[in-house]
Amino acid sequence: MPIEILMPALSPTMEEGTLAKWLVKEGDAVKSGDVIAEIETDKATMEVEAVDEGTVGKLLVSGGTEGVKVNAVIALLLEEGEDAAALKDAEKKTEKAAPPQPSPRGGEGDKPAAAGTEAKPSPHPEAPAQRATKDEGKANGRLKASPLARRLAEQAGIDLKSLAGSGPGGRIVKADVEAAKSGAAPARPAAAAEAPAQDIDADEPLAPFGIPASRYELIKADNITRVAAKRLTESFRDIPHFPLSVDCELDALLAFRKQANDKAPDGVKISVNDILIKAAAVALKRVPEANASWVGDGRIARHKHADVSVAVAIEGGLITPIVKDADQKGLAEISAAMKDLAARARDRKLKPEEFQGGTFSLSNLGMFGVKSFASIINPPQGMILSAGAGEERPVVKNGALAKATVMTVTLTCDHRVVDGAAGARWLAVFKGFVEDPMTLLL
Amino acid sequence: MSEQSFDLIVIGGGPGGYVAAIRAAQLGLKTALVEREHLGGVCLNWGCIPTKALLRTSEIYHLMHRAEEFGLKAEKISFDIAKVVERSRKVAARLSGGVGMLMKKNRITVIDGAARLEKGANAPAVIVKGKDGKEAKYAARHVILATGARARTIPQAGLEPDGKRVWTYKEAMVPETMPKSLLVVGSGAIGVEFASFYRTLGAEVTVVEMLDRILPVEDAEISAFAEKAFRKQGMRILTGAQVQKLDKGASSAKAHVKTKDGKTEVIEVERVILAIGITGNIEGLGLEALGVKTDRGHVVVDGFGRTNVKGLCAIGDVVGPPWLAHKASHEGVVCVENIAGKNPHPFETGNIPGCTYCHPQIASVGLTEAKAKEAGHQVKIGRFPFVGNGKAIALGEDQGLVKTVFDAKTGELLGAHMIGAEVTELIQGYAIARSLETTEAELMHTVFPHPTLSEMMHEAVLDAYGRVLHI
Repeated sequence: MPIEILMPALSPTMEEGTLAKWLVKEGDAVKSGDVIAEIETDKATMEVEAVDEGTVGKLLVSGGTEGVKVNAVIALLLEEGEDAAALKDAEKKTEKAAPPQPSPRGGEGDKPAAAGTEAKPSPHPEAPAQRATKDEGKANGRLKASPLARRLAEQAGIDLKSLAGSGPGGRIVKADVEAAKSGAAPARPAAAAEAPAQDIDADEPLAPFGIPASRYELIKADNITRVAAKRLTESFRDIPHFPLSVDCELDALLAFRKQANDKAPDGVKISVNDILIKAAAVALKRVPEANASWVGDGRIARHKHADVSVAVAIEGGLITPIVKDADQKGLAEISAAMKDLAARARDRKLKPEEFQGGTFSLSNLGMFGVKSFASIINPPQGMILSAGAGEERPVVKNGALAKATVMTVTLTCDHRVVDGAAGARWLAVFKGFVEDPMTLLL
Repeated sequence: MSEQSFDLIVIGGGPGGYVAAIRAAQLGLKTALVEREHLGGVCLNWGCIPTKALLRTSEIYHLMHRAEEFGLKAEKISFDIAKVVERSRKVAARLSGGVGMLMKKNRITVIDGAARLEKGANAPAVIVKGKDGKEAKYAARHVILATGARARTIPQAGLEPDGKRVWTYKEAMVPETMPKSLLVVGSGAIGVEFASFYRTLGAEVTVVEMLDRILPVEDAEISAFAEKAFRKQGMRILTGAQVQKLDKGASSAKAHVKTKDGKTEVIEVERVILAIGITGNIEGLGLEALGVKTDRGHVVVDGFGRTNVKGLCAIGDVVGPPWLAHKASHEGVVCVENIAGKNPHPFETGNIPGCTYCHPQIASVGLTEAKAKEAGHQVKIGRFPFVGNGKAIALGEDQGLVKTVFDAKTGELLGAHMIGAEVTELIQGYAIARSLETTEAELMHTVFPHPTLSEMMHEAVLDAYGRVLHI
């Protein structure tokens, strides 16, 4: 019996991902630990390693296929002594269980490509219905819908969760799905917004705005951008956010940094941002009410750790690797961690746990000369700090005009967990550390 | 003239009206019901129920003739038509009394008399002329017309009942003597049921149908199956034929029938039963003065039974086909729930089962194969014959068919059509399936008990998907 290679879950919340690339061909021999494929998830590309030894018998999902469900069979591995004949039964068996949705551009033209055929719902009548019932049941808990409504929604690609049922007790019936199909009862905007990204050659998306297709180029957004688009839209829309700005004088910090770097061993170069990470983390510990997440049902999670997500621009998007327990790390340690994380982020080689799970975010556009800006909260975090450029500005000191290096920082807060006073308290502590970094060491 | 006021007045005490009244009372509306004749309407008194009593007689009579087949002995089998009719009337009377009890139990005011409408404040006012000739005026926030329908006639062709030679269902139900020969004009449910009853009791029966097949609303395969069965029983069936003239004599009637091939045939019979459809009771109600919109003898309403006049609704036969008691009742419930602000789903005709109690019985729900294709569905058809069912053979009823029509793409059960023993008792299984919007998958997963006729319903579903087991 060939060994089934399943689509791995790269994080506990992952439901599906893109099988970006196969690194082996059918017929290749693999050993345990060999990298056989790359999987693209929400934010990173991950390598899939072989667990067993054998010969790659059949690649069931082609490279570049999106939306492959976790635990779907993606390939079959022949054990020693097995030949290709063993594949046939196994393939049949797995056909029903793993219907990946091929990328719209995956199958060329009308050619009934092997992957395409497998991906279609099995012609056998009971398979899709059974699966639909089970999946919906799990995913939706007590979602009430008639079997026919479920099937119609599945065929039309409508998310039942986005519909309001008009049947007894709110049951979703055929009429509701048909109304949604015809646009009479619009599906929730979130569901609708995702569709165009899937299908960019849907004729002339900007035509309603008077821009013909000849005047622009359509580019397919990658996973990172798509996920970010969705999450940030939800964040900006659903979180009651507000900004708080404060100016910090940096002269002491710059002097401190120079001193530290002068004495640091070779290869260690602490950046202003490294110090800001440390300052933010210690401030989170000093003002614990600001280190919190709104978790629904009227509950707030107060974090025990100060894990700082740091925004890193990478090609095609933005990623936020985390410096865990930054309050307890030394500056050299933070600096080294950031170097490593940023480098791997750019190669998209971060592990999910390295960019998911921070308690606070820091975004710095100072190097681009931006004076001040307000970031969008990175859910479920309660705050994000936006740091502008440190620049020489005139300041008033003891009644006289003076010169100082000043940086404006803006803290965006989720008002459900961090109100204005709490945000201000945190900012005051943070500002204190920045303006007198020696106190960070106390 | 005294005036009394109600939340709702229902005019007509048939299965549409009295059920609407009960539902209204359940929802706390102060309700009155006006009935000019008998509670229960045509259904209980002159339709569904008494005909079923008659057909039970003919069924038993038919079985007695088959006694030997079952190892029994029956000699000198005969009947007393007076007693047959008497039983049928008793059954009707018992049920009509039952409706009276239901009205009392639900504290519904029953007003005896004939109603007409006048312009009123919120809804038309209701004037009821009692049996004593006195009139009383009643006011209500809502009025529901449930006045039903009566047999359609065509006087120009002599197709008009006279109570002697030419009958409608009403006279046909209470024959004083058994006619030797009978012409049934029209082969819908009413015509076919009487044809079946009288044929079983020995009358020479000829059925004339204008369309090219009998039971034209049923699936074509079912019509063909029924026609074959009736011919086998000795019925004469003329399809594509029309009665052009009817001469009524002292002891017989002569029908001039234009047959399919264009020739005219004169058929002499003792009695003629008119069953050429029915027409709504919309006269004498003052509808014209109120400006109520009607169309070809029926009141025009929306999915909740609302007419174009404020406060006036209409349900049941008076709003049009299918002319079925259960359709009227359901419309009554939907109409009242809407009035009470319960937000019901509008009435859906596609889920009303139709039953014809001839021998063999016929039952159906949803779309026929032809209608489904017309509506643009790609269909999957399943069939299962009675000969493949153990219970049917044990009953000695191995002639029949169950047919299912599915949408090939979505698996929706579009329709189900049955002919054979007890199918009228089976059809609600498919009606529930349609109402709950099941697909073939749920029907396949349903366990049907053995040995029952219902197993054929399962098999007909399996057959549509190439999985039939017992054939």
